[in-house]
Amino acid sequence: MEIKKAAVAGTVESSDCMVTVEPGNGSIELDLSSAVIRQFGPQIRKVIYETLNRLEVNDVNIKVVDKGALDCTIKARIEAAVYRSNDTKKDIPWGGSIR
Amino acid sequence: MKNPNLKRLRRSMMFLNCQKPSLIKDPYIYKPDCIILDLEDAVAHSEKDAARFSLYHALREIDYRGVERVVRINGLDTDLWEEDIRCAVAGGCDSIRISKTETAADVKKVEAAIIAAEKEFGRPEGSTLIMAALESAKGVLNSLEICQASERMFGIALSGGDYTKDLQTTISGTGVEFMGARQFMVMAARASGVQCFDTVYTNLNDMEGFRRDVETIHTMGFDGKSIINPRQIPIVHEIFTPKEKEIIFAEKVVREIDEKSAQGIGVFTVDGKMIDIAFYDGAKRTLALAKAAGVYKGDL
Repeated sequence: MEIKKAAVAGTVESSDCMVTVEPGNGSIELDLSSAVIRQFGPQIRKVIYETLNRLEVNDVNIKVVDKGALDCTIKARIEAAVYRSNDTKKDIPWGGSIR
Repeated sequence: MKNPNLKRLRRSMMFLNCQKPSLIKDPYIYKPDCIILDLEDAVAHSEKDAARFSLYHALREIDYRGVERVVRINGLDTDLWEEDIRCAVAGGCDSIRISKTETAADVKKVEAAIIAAEKEFGRPEGSTLIMAALESAKGVLNSLEICQASERMFGIALSGGDYTKDLQTTISGTGVEFMGARQFMVMAARASGVQCFDTVYTNLNDMEGFRRDVETIHTMGFDGKSIINPRQIPIVHEIFTPKEKEIIFAEKVVREIDEKSAQGIGVFTVDGKMIDIAFYDGAKRTLALAKAAGVYKGDL
């Protein structure tokens, strides 16, 4: 998917994460901050890249502020931000690229 | 084949806002019988899309340890409910709660969307049950046709906030404004073989009032109550779980009726109380409820 405009999803409440996406400069640029980056940094990065890969997003500036979110929440927030950047709210491919 | 979960134990149904990851990540620790994952009123309009992504992944990835996962969809008067159903069914929810149900046609509309979603996402046909929230005088008066609108229907629930608004009154705390609806709905549910659930009690500072409210609806014949806080669960479960004395009495009634009817005796006494065949189903129900609640291990 193409990132058509800047979009945000999530919050900085406990167990959540705030994801911001913007059109990129030809690649994925990730800015990650997390209170648990020492223990879970690699796992969080893995989830972020896997999710972007499933969504076929490869040109994006993405900022993730993690507040101890579960993997399923990180995925959900990235997907929400990407779909918002396309103004798409219906006919979501549940079980396809969303899984 | 009928879904075996139609009659499962549903004493407590706890509302959880799908907009808040902290609420939906581990509610099973409080051991409610059901959770209602809310996409409707609790979710801000601007967050409806994001709440669905959270719901989908929670349903797919969080082990709710046997707690029934009901999804409350947005009203049929919105452009949100169909995507809500696609998301919930794809995620593998157990049931859909229809808000603001007023007619059997509302139920049929939702049922058709569920059937289409089960097909689209390869879910077993009939695996998604339905419950209907009645939130208006019209909905309550149509209870019977709503209860009987679908084989997937497992119950109806009173939704007190909107209902009192429609009646042009307010929630008094005494329950007087709900009396007619509660009685009418229990009768419609029983006549249709489905369950009946009461509205939430919103004053968390008045646990005595809550207890009285739960006792009232238990006596009226309800199957359970909608709740908004884990603190309310132990009270609901205590009141809706048969006591040891009741279980022992029910066992005696069932055994005595089986024995006496074989001897051609119709009326007799158990612990000084007159008993006849009319008590049989009630005693059996007490034992089934006790078994489902895990407090009876007997074989009756």
